[in-house]
Amino acid sequence: MNKKQKKMLWRIIVSAVLMVALHFVPVTGLVRFALYMVPYFIVGYDILWKAVLGIWNRQVFDENFLMAVATVGAIVIGLTDSGDYTEAIAVMLFYQIGELFQSYAVGRSRKNISELMDIRPDYANIEVDGQLEQVDPDEVEVGSIIIVQPGEKVPIDGIVVEGRSTLNTAALTGESVPREVAEGGEIISGCINLTGLLKIRTTKEFGESTVSKILDLVENASSRKSKSEAFISKFAKVYTPAVCYSAVALALLPPLTRQFLMGLTPDWADWFYRALTFLVISCPCALVISIPLSFFAGIGGASNQGVLVKGSNYLETLAQTRTLVFDKTGTLTEGVFEVTRITPAEGFEEGRLLELAALAESASSHPISKSLQKAYGQELDRSRVGQVEERSGAGVVAEVDGKSVAAGNDKLMNQLGVAFQESDEPGTVVHISVDGVYAGQILIADRIKPGAAEAIAQLRSAGVRRMVMLTGDHRSVAEKVAKELGIDEYYSELLPADKVTKVEELLAERSNDRDKLAFVGDGINDAPVLSRADIGIAMGAMGSDAAIEAADVVLMDDDPRKIAKAIKISRKCLRIVYQNTWFAIGVKLGCLLLGALGIANMWLAIFADVGVMVLAVLNAIRALFVKNL
Amino acid sequence: MKKTYKIDVDCANCANKMEDAARKTPGVKDATVNFMTLKMAVEFDEGQDPKAVMAEVLKNCKKVESDCEIFL
Repeated sequence: MNKKQKKMLWRIIVSAVLMVALHFVPVTGLVRFALYMVPYFIVGYDILWKAVLGIWNRQVFDENFLMAVATVGAIVIGLTDSGDYTEAIAVMLFYQIGELFQSYAVGRSRKNISELMDIRPDYANIEVDGQLEQVDPDEVEVGSIIIVQPGEKVPIDGIVVEGRSTLNTAALTGESVPREVAEGGEIISGCINLTGLLKIRTTKEFGESTVSKILDLVENASSRKSKSEAFISKFAKVYTPAVCYSAVALALLPPLTRQFLMGLTPDWADWFYRALTFLVISCPCALVISIPLSFFAGIGGASNQGVLVKGSNYLETLAQTRTLVFDKTGTLTEGVFEVTRITPAEGFEEGRLLELAALAESASSHPISKSLQKAYGQELDRSRVGQVEERSGAGVVAEVDGKSVAAGNDKLMNQLGVAFQESDEPGTVVHISVDGVYAGQILIADRIKPGAAEAIAQLRSAGVRRMVMLTGDHRSVAEKVAKELGIDEYYSELLPADKVTKVEELLAERSNDRDKLAFVGDGINDAPVLSRADIGIAMGAMGSDAAIEAADVVLMDDDPRKIAKAIKISRKCLRIVYQNTWFAIGVKLGCLLLGALGIANMWLAIFADVGVMVLAVLNAIRALFVKNL
Repeated sequence: MKKTYKIDVDCANCANKMEDAARKTPGVKDATVNFMTLKMAVEFDEGQDPKAVMAEVLKNCKKVESDCEIFL
């Protein structure tokens, strides 16, 4: 508790004790009134003062005004009629307890959430004359060497120049399995160094480093307000004056009607009391505080799980996602091509075939040639390769050990007039021929990510109705991946621009606008699609600035299961928002009705105000707990 | 130009009122107050001096909510 809150707590305690004590003091008349005013002013002077200031500044309708009028009115009734002042004090007392609780709860969740996101490094170590010196990471220039000891946070992005270690990336990705780094490896700020001493050459300034970008993104996230929040602030603006006017009407109209039209006693005091009850119930605090708090907690909890949501509005859209469009490569599959099968023709063996293919392709930087070299696994002796002729869209013909080796697709074999074995397996087939004789084929395919199938099943159970996969790859590859993962629709052989058109078609096909379409990509080449969809999700974004910029939701690691997690988190958060909205509005309207009918007294009114607020705030804090979703 | 200021305010509705007051201040193009992070982001009209505008913003905010602070 801070100073302000402690002071408030004391005021509440003193006032409550006095109020109870006065109950046993047998005085009447003005002395009684004067005595009761002591606890009233102790607990409520600031509210009264703010109400006066509000009227002075022509900001009449706020909760201070409501409370001031209600309690002063109750005192007037006490003075003229019942001699009971407890009610006025109690209303003020409970109102202040509610406010105190609210400010305490909000303060606590602020602290909780900032602890969850505690990735800000406080210092960087620099070696000066053989001694380690701690400096502000802001002052470290690009290209400096920093030292990270075991247990410390990596303050700035860079490349490891010395040492090897394991890193804990949990704060960034929510992933608990440590990651290995060694000399030459890239390292991202915000990770915690676990085992060994690392020397790092920085490649970015602190302000441009991953950790700063993430902090900036998360801290500014809830500034983009959701529709629910906009609704609530509009609602509050209309609601408070409406209730005030209704209260005035309630105080004046029924008694006047009774007196003049029905010839009954006007019962002014009774109707006045009902109008005051009305005012106490009317305070919109529960709504106004609990909705932003729910979103804030939801975004905080999500970022702790490695899911960065750029605004409450996106969290809202994510929860309404019914159609999910995937980019295949890098999202559902590893995006790394691997040799999956080697089929030598007669007279050749596997190792020899791979060697020839790797050598023939050694001059190329195409992903295919890289995967061939990787599968070969040994240092290539480039001197064995003579002249190389690249045939675009077909393959290469190269001189290897004095022989003419051709490596390429069906087209190349046809061009060379070599009879080859056709393959209908999905993937890229590299045929090899030596001096015009068919030597065999190598199949290179992308691997499906572990957990991708599970992710699709989870998404389905999370309420995503339609799942579509888009890919630039061949139909056979797309079909196989879609079948294996259980995706119902796929479109293959698409150029990047086709993907935008396809997403636009899918957007047009929706039966209603409330069903949102999300696109998931790896942030490479798909920025236009990410921005065209209702919500763009980029994954595997650790260290990729482009993806962080383009997407609305950023998954820090590349586990597809995180997509389902993100949707579940958003659903939970929105469920809480709706619960709070309808609970608060429902209870208030109910109590207003009871108040107007004269059934509810001020004690019930206080529950409607403070009780609902406390319950709504406690419910909102639940949005923070998303680990086991 | 856009700038972010730290603020102090006690209730969420007061934060909404501050946002309104800031928006209505001349020289301010747009303003958002984030009650949860206690920050006010102000976008200024072109050619305006943020310092002078913010002094006005603070004055207007104090009018709608006496118990608030903007750390300029």
